[in-house]
Amino acid sequence: MERRSLAFSVFIHMAALLLAAVILAPLVWLFVMSISPAADLSAKPLRWWPQTVDFSRYALLLSTVANSAGAAFTASLRNSLLVSGMATAAAIALAIPAGWAVSRTPTVGWSLSLVIATYMLPPVALAVPLYMGLSALGLLNTVFGLALVYLTILAPFTTWLMKSGFDTIPREIESAAMIDGAGLWQTLRIITLPLAAPVMATSALFAFLLAWDEFFYALLFTSDQRAKTLTVAIADLAGGRVSDYGLIATAGVLAALPPVLIGFLMQRALISGLTSGGVKG
Amino acid sequence: MSGTWMSTRAWLLMTPLLAVMIAVIGWPMVQTVGLSFTDAKLVGTAGTFVGLDNYARMLASSNFQRTLVTTVWFAVVSVGAEMMLGVLAALLLNQEFRGRTALRALMILPWALPTVVNATLWRLIYNPEYGALNAALTQIGLLDAYRSWLGEPGSALTALIVADCWKNFPLVALIALAALQAVPRDITAASLVDGAGPFNRFRFVILPYLAGPLVVALVLRTIEAFKVFDIIWVMTRGGPANSTRTLSILVYQEAFSFQRAGSGASLALIVTLLVTLLALAYAALVRKTAGRAF
Repeated sequence: MERRSLAFSVFIHMAALLLAAVILAPLVWLFVMSISPAADLSAKPLRWWPQTVDFSRYALLLSTVANSAGAAFTASLRNSLLVSGMATAAAIALAIPAGWAVSRTPTVGWSLSLVIATYMLPPVALAVPLYMGLSALGLLNTVFGLALVYLTILAPFTTWLMKSGFDTIPREIESAAMIDGAGLWQTLRIITLPLAAPVMATSALFAFLLAWDEFFYALLFTSDQRAKTLTVAIADLAGGRVSDYGLIATAGVLAALPPVLIGFLMQRALISGLTSGGVKG
Repeated sequence: MSGTWMSTRAWLLMTPLLAVMIAVIGWPMVQTVGLSFTDAKLVGTAGTFVGLDNYARMLASSNFQRTLVTTVWFAVVSVGAEMMLGVLAALLLNQEFRGRTALRALMILPWALPTVVNATLWRLIYNPEYGALNAALTQIGLLDAYRSWLGEPGSALTALIVADCWKNFPLVALIALAALQAVPRDITAASLVDGAGPFNRFRFVILPYLAGPLVVALVLRTIEAFKVFDIIWVMTRGGPANSTRTLSILVYQEAFSFQRAGSGASLALIVTLLVTLLALAYAALVRKTAGRAF
């Protein structure tokens, strides 16, 4: 490495501080709002740090007393967990056989390319028929119906990830097992799937994040506590008549916690996953 | 094993995925195409065949043209800024300094924050009466009176673009950083020995490694920006005075607010066609970048 001059070194450190401030300031402010008394948030000049720390909004939102703000929030939390969980499980179940098939038999790969190309479709292009279809099946405003619709987003993505994962497992290992007398299913169960377990976990976490983040279909296809997800509940709060901004911020913090934890947990996988397609060209 | 059996087996394994995809994407898409030639309403009668009327009316409407301009502006400015900020942040993170690992980990946060939470957060920051932006700018003396950042047609779109950039530039930075770390040390060392200045080093040594991953990020981000709905819906619903209305918001209004399923479908297909054309143009660009040796 070249020797850095003092001026350059100072510049690098200043720039790093600036970048950290840009990233952190809005997030720290979200948290500060959630623990500030309502009076502090509407004070002029604005109080940047609360005089007394107030965690009561967290207790309020996580309480399950009937007809409270908490009941609506916990219901949406449960719905988000259910929808994201079901959609992820279904997407992985579809992705494993399809991903393996494309990985081992490239001649059918064009069908996966077609599936992945649907990424370009704006959700609004599918919304009206999906709305009519769910309505005809009686699945509007149900977590099951929403999870089914989420497969439009999750399944192509997980299949592509699983296919890339299977590509890294040499097929010679599978052939060796078969020469030793194992059948196809046995080989897959004993050899391939255990080796693909890390990729499966990564794909599942990515899929869960995508479903947790989804807003458009949830806005259209859910209408009350039976199926409304967190994203819709928060948009309701933000656009509604809530006068305590701290409550909106608290809901935001709670909704952000699971994906942020997952994000930290899979930093490495995230970076390699996001770049592998690009670096290999 | 014979090739036919291999391929039959592969198709069998693909069947569940393909069946679900046809049910939730293929069939709805066919129906959207069908609807776009009718005057169907969202609920009630099926509507009658009107040929290409919907398309002609939508393409000629000033609403569509204005919305298209807004969408292109949003996509070009936000993606452009994200690319520049992302590369700059990556060049910084590729230097050695204390706390580099921690800073790199922080970059995950905006990416992981749900889009709706991000939109809500910035809506609170821009709040005309109690928002942090107004408070900060007045307290340091840059602003005389509180402004309604999202309430004025002149500033709303820019405010949205800032919120979108904040969430998305860290991802570009992480992608660019991974590419930078693939640049072999001896090549940069050799260019130093040969006396290359910082600009030439970036242009001829580093950029060739960055170009591929950056083009992929550019493609994905542009398609996303063109389809943008969530952040705009939560922050402004397309207002004020339709100044932040993008194509997806317009389709939503046509099909669901005004319940005109037929013309909504034709509009949705026009948007789909535009995104497809964009993707094809980019595909050509990717092929060119991959093939060029710089």
